[in-house]
Amino acid sequence: MQDEAEAKSAPPITPLQLFLAFGKAGLCGFGGVAPWAHRILVEERRWLDDKAYAELLGLGQILPGPNVVNLSIMFGRRVAGPAGALAAFAGLMGPPLVVLVAIGSLYQSYGGHPTVQAVLGGMSAAAAGLVLGMAVKLARKLEAGPLLAGAGVLAFLGAGVLRWPLILVVLGLAPLAIAAARRRHTP
Amino acid sequence: MRDEPLGDLAATFALLSLIAIGGANAVMPDIERQSVEVHRWLTPQGFADLFALAQAAPGPNVMIASLVGYHVAGLAGLLVATLAICGPSCLLAYGLAGVVQRYRASPWLKAVRSGLAPLAVGLIAASGLVMARSVDRDLLHGLVTVATAGFTIWTTRNPLWALAAGGAAAGIAAAL
Repeated sequence: MQDEAEAKSAPPITPLQLFLAFGKAGLCGFGGVAPWAHRILVEERRWLDDKAYAELLGLGQILPGPNVVNLSIMFGRRVAGPAGALAAFAGLMGPPLVVLVAIGSLYQSYGGHPTVQAVLGGMSAAAAGLVLGMAVKLARKLEAGPLLAGAGVLAFLGAGVLRWPLILVVLGLAPLAIAAARRRHTP
Repeated sequence: MRDEPLGDLAATFALLSLIAIGGANAVMPDIERQSVEVHRWLTPQGFADLFALAQAAPGPNVMIASLVGYHVAGLAGLLVATLAICGPSCLLAYGLAGVVQRYRASPWLKAVRSGLAPLAVGLIAASGLVMARSVDRDLLHGLVTVATAGFTIWTTRNPLWALAAGGAAAGIAAAL
């Protein structure tokens, strides 16, 4: 398996490294953390490849709860056990919460200022581009085959274009996609 | 407000944690309904302000729950709300990680993992589209979104540059 090969070739990842990596993702994660978790785990640290990241995120999405929080727990446990799960979670949530409390009063004083509003709006527009760019990058690396790629496109249309409730899209498409993947892997 | 705000926060957000399939955005309307109508912790405008603050700050979107907790009961409320909205789903994720490790050779589990990956990518693209639709009110914002997507796809430079450029462009345009 790919995971085992990775685990053998690379030095073990410590809880401290997990805390720092997910802390960075949390602190950079303006408008969403998923693109930053992808950048840091896949492109900077090279702890996962694109496909493994997409698989982990997929598991995080069928579970209830915030997707990247689920990803941090699962990845943390996989590479460093309970301490790893705790460290990854604490890194993802802790530093951003400190920032949030610290800037809360600043935001109340200056958040309504037109220039601040304009800058935040521009950053939000960029954050949307970041999310879309990450999706394109992952899609190019997936090698999913026509059926599975079709399921991904349906998920995009259902949740993004038609704005169906996420729970319907996820629970409706997951069994189909899993069945398609099962067929594909059966010789 | 009732006598036990911490208990109410814990119960409210722990339940939402377990129904938030698809992530925090899936239960955002429920978080608003619980905070404004059911428990009357916030006015509609107060919730909108907290939502704007959570969007403006870095970190997972789920921190809106932390902010509601902070508003209701200070730091204790922040901790209780954060742990309540993350705890139950985190325990499930922790358990699933163990199952995935134990049965990683199973063909069914491989199918689950490789089947969910394209859905994850489709849903990420969908959330990008939803974000873009809500913020791209004019040509400038649309261009910032497209340029940042291109920057992300074709360079490995730090995306903070793109965020800063987007913020600066919109700030300058508004000042002119």
